[in-house]
Amino acid sequence: MTTTHSAVLRPPAAPGPLEWLRKNLFSTWYNTVLTLLAAWVAVSGVRSILGWVFFTANWSPVAGSLKLFAVGQYPLDQIWRPGAIVLIITLLAGASWRIFGGTVRTFALALALALLVAGLLPVRMNLGLRLWFLANPILTGAGYLAGGLRLVRTRGLAVAWALTFPVTILLLLGFKDSAWLPRVATGVWGGLLLTFLLAVVGITASFPIGVLLALGRRSKLPVVKTMCILFIELVRGVPLVTILFMASIILPLFLPEQIRIDRVLRAMTGMTLFAAAYMAENVRGGLQSIPRGQEEAAKALGLNGFQTMALIVMPQALRAVIPAIVGQFIALFMDTTLAVIVGLVEILAIGRIVLNSRTDWLMLDSEVFLFIAVVFWVFTFSMSYASRRLEAALGVGKR
Amino acid sequence: MLQWVAQIVSAALVVAFLVFFVRNVLRAAQVRGLSLSFDFMSQAAGFDLPESPISYTPADSFGRAFLAGLLNTAKVAVVGVVLATIVGTMAALARLSSNWLVARLASVYIESIRNVPLLVQLFFWYFAVYQQLPPVRESIVWPGPIYLSQRGLYTVAPVPTANLLTWLGFVAAGLILAVAAHVVLMRRQMRTGQDTHYALISFLLLVALPAAGWFLVGDPPLLTDEPVLGKFNFTGGLRLTPEFAALLTGLVVYTGAFTAEVVRAGIMAVSRGQFDAARALGLSSGQTLRLVVMPQALRVIIPPLISQYLNLTKNSSLAVAIGYPDVFFVGRTVINQAGRAVPVFAMVMAVYLVASLATSALMNVVNKRIQLVER
Amino acid sequence: MVLAMEEIRMKKLSLLVFMLMVLPLVLAACGTAQECPQCPACPECPTCPTCEACPECPKVAAGGQIVAAVKARGKVVCGVHTELLGFGYLDPNGRNVGFDPDFCRATAAAVFGNSEAVEFVPLTAAERGPALQTGEIDLLVRNCTWTSSRDVQWGNFVGVTFYDGQGMMVRKASGDTTLEDLDGATVCVTTGTTTELNLADAFRSRGLSFTAVTFEDTASVYSAYEDGRCDAATSDKSQLAAVRAGFANPDDHVIMDITMSKEPLTPVVPAGDDQWFDIVKLTLYVLINAEELGVNSANVDAMKGDANPSIKRLLGVEGSFGQEDLGLATDFAVNVIKQVGNYGEIYNRYMGPDGLAFELPRGQNELWSDGGLIYAPPLR
Repeated sequence: MTTTHSAVLRPPAAPGPLEWLRKNLFSTWYNTVLTLLAAWVAVSGVRSILGWVFFTANWSPVAGSLKLFAVGQYPLDQIWRPGAIVLIITLLAGASWRIFGGTVRTFALALALALLVAGLLPVRMNLGLRLWFLANPILTGAGYLAGGLRLVRTRGLAVAWALTFPVTILLLLGFKDSAWLPRVATGVWGGLLLTFLLAVVGITASFPIGVLLALGRRSKLPVVKTMCILFIELVRGVPLVTILFMASIILPLFLPEQIRIDRVLRAMTGMTLFAAAYMAENVRGGLQSIPRGQEEAAKALGLNGFQTMALIVMPQALRAVIPAIVGQFIALFMDTTLAVIVGLVEILAIGRIVLNSRTDWLMLDSEVFLFIAVVFWVFTFSMSYASRRLEAALGVGKR
Repeated sequence: MLQWVAQIVSAALVVAFLVFFVRNVLRAAQVRGLSLSFDFMSQAAGFDLPESPISYTPADSFGRAFLAGLLNTAKVAVVGVVLATIVGTMAALARLSSNWLVARLASVYIESIRNVPLLVQLFFWYFAVYQQLPPVRESIVWPGPIYLSQRGLYTVAPVPTANLLTWLGFVAAGLILAVAAHVVLMRRQMRTGQDTHYALISFLLLVALPAAGWFLVGDPPLLTDEPVLGKFNFTGGLRLTPEFAALLTGLVVYTGAFTAEVVRAGIMAVSRGQFDAARALGLSSGQTLRLVVMPQALRVIIPPLISQYLNLTKNSSLAVAIGYPDVFFVGRTVINQAGRAVPVFAMVMAVYLVASLATSALMNVVNKRIQLVER
Repeated sequence: MVLAMEEIRMKKLSLLVFMLMVLPLVLAACGTAQECPQCPACPECPTCPTCEACPECPKVAAGGQIVAAVKARGKVVCGVHTELLGFGYLDPNGRNVGFDPDFCRATAAAVFGNSEAVEFVPLTAAERGPALQTGEIDLLVRNCTWTSSRDVQWGNFVGVTFYDGQGMMVRKASGDTTLEDLDGATVCVTTGTTTELNLADAFRSRGLSFTAVTFEDTASVYSAYEDGRCDAATSDKSQLAAVRAGFANPDDHVIMDITMSKEPLTPVVPAGDDQWFDIVKLTLYVLINAEELGVNSANVDAMKGDANPSIKRLLGVEGSFGQEDLGLATDFAVNVIKQVGNYGEIYNRYMGPDGLAFELPRGQNELWSDGGLIYAPPLR
């Protein structure tokens, strides 16, 4: 078996299609056998899957519960709030497209196009929803135009993206006794919305904790160092399910009566602590990749320990681990499904709820789980695609 | 000086937190009537387990149920690790293959599997694949006989007889001779450069001696116990349940995709010059891979591979979704039926922790030995 | 690179840290052990500094505490099922519906006059007990069987709302009618339930063998059964009826004419607040008595003028049955009946002839006056 390295030896002129076939598929007798076998697997697999998807499967539980899959039990009269958040995101995506270009453009376009197509689908849909779908691509366009303005700068855009997060939480949560933005209890947040929130909160909150833990693990203070190592290894040594179980059931048993922590917040805390341990190891990898010369040079310039870390070492280390962090985000995004085991209504739980909501849907589990798998695949695949592009753009490992 | 202050402060904080936590635990235990003792572990469990490597009935204790769960976890983890390594290596080689279609298929496999949550995949394997096999009365029969149905895979089970020990002696002798021949002949090949066919010879020894022994000991050392179809199901024989099969398939396919990327990265890390040099020396592509590329790639592969193995073990806790009674599943059942959340939970955590720490300690030793080869 | 303890120094230190960790444990253990016997008058508060301070100690859940918390919150927090058709599930808009959530609504209507003043918390089977013990929920109405050990450990069981029994569903073609016919069968069951234990008891007591295939999730149990993984599925009869209705060919399956256990499904409140306990009980009595007296959501206003003194008392027109003592409005029953309906209306809404979920004859859940077991103390 040879490797792809032989590709480099290929002559510069593009080979003809027949030549390409011979070279890539039928070069030797065993390659021919492999090709035929692989072709048979591919064709029969695709045929049976497509046959099932288009003829056998009954998609009514999915089609009838799209609202549940999207936002769970979020009240219908307040549904404009998650909608508004998506609008903010498409607007910012448009602006980012103009300013960053490249992969961001691909994403902004894909997002806008997907929503545009959804808005034009010839199915029964209420007018508000259709207008919302169509507003998204328009906002992306508006964002693109705004991105050309002088006053929108890279830094401003970064701040806007950073602000999106607290705005999202505040908008979803609302305020107590507010007339136009009433409080919506976290218990009714659900579906894909909750899946995203769990992952985003987990990764965002775990970042500072992870950096501190990584620094603590390299610390010269033995107590700090040991505590950090213990925390990291203990958390990494057990499955996420057990941590979630602990956060949701065991922890409240042991808090004083006065302290009550919201269920969703408890699961988020569990996920954050779990993610922080892995984040710490990622950051530590980055710190180790920085040559000692950098630190020595910084000392020679008269920087103190803190300045060296904050201005010289950490920025380089973090830059080196961005792809790893994106990878971790993808893993955490998929891990949110485990929250179903502690009774949070994220998208997989919604799947089970939908199956159990009508007698004639009870047996349609293949359809529902396939739908959920596809939803995840779309998001995680595009995220890992972005991470690969990012890796290439950052030139990690190329210096 | 400042460092000492920092040390003392941090130590004090840790102690204060622990005091707060432990006091709360004890207080809560008292106020809420939570028992922290392990006494209940000897009470009768009262629930049945779908499968157990040791004999278990509802009359057995909670402790024995827990042990059964523990052994089930160990079973799926050990088999899973071996299979995932094989699948991962094959997928990595396929992805690097010069055959365009094979490489494409391999990357479709890797990219689609890595991007769908394992829990969803487990549901798929269990309900959409294993439950779609024919019912038990219409089992697929393969030679052996092997019966395959929704109830799982049933085949003959070996039953030891008095001659087993003698025969095992032959097996051991075959094994020792095979290893010895492998070492001696390979050394000679290294020294003289002549092909001594060491792999073939040691394999023959490994097979021939036990085979000869089988007939030499007289009565066969093992008898067979064939599964018999009763009113509802097969009885007797060796059984592989669909729950185990689905969990194993899910874990192997999922971890295999990650392992494939680890192996691929390892192979890619070997510099091109090594391939060219090996080819210039006249090694075949198989030899190049086995003798030149893999030993170097392993150094890069082992550390991330360890964490994949650990992930597989930890991920086996998702068995709870498809009814395979692993340690987390049994732990949860015990919590429900005995109402003792805290002690049971501590035990479940301890099991995973010990498994994780032991595996990484073991693998670190392996890793160190491999790294020593480095020049 | 787990536990980078290559340096000997580290080993010593970790020993030190370990001791530091164990020390507070020992201290705390000693501390509580010494303090408790000195405070016999105050068993709930073992950590108070001195016995004199005991009276000021916050009681864990003193009388009226839950009621006060509920009123301050403006909502009843209610633990429910979300995946059990008929008893607790979601409609396509994501609203919690079913026999159990409607009881929560009735309680909210009793306290606030508004049946929508409820916050539903979806709970897994494993979370039920801890959620009650920690007081995270005010009321658990989640298809929960009343057993003595749960009564001791979890909280106070209000009163049976649904009499169920464990049944067994098999394929009609098998011709099995008794448990003895099922010797050696594979049975699908939900894990962590009383059902699982009853199954083992029923087979063991008859000296029969069986294999259990257990799942966490109810849908998985029946998926596996219908696919053929099991010869039988066991659960509460109400659930079996619901599920059977959803099978592709319901007539291929029969629910055997045996009852393996008593399953009194009952709402539960956390221990310690008698006032709250009484409010929830009274709500249940109102629902049942209303059906008995023929008062329903359609005729409740007209019934206020009825001559029957029992109806007058129920609707707060004259007399009292203790509602004021609990801090409820005199006519709270009107709100309950108007907004949620009486017991029979709730039952029929989900499991009646034109029920939203499936049809299940009332059987044991008829009123006592119609030969069933549903019975409530008189309101007076």
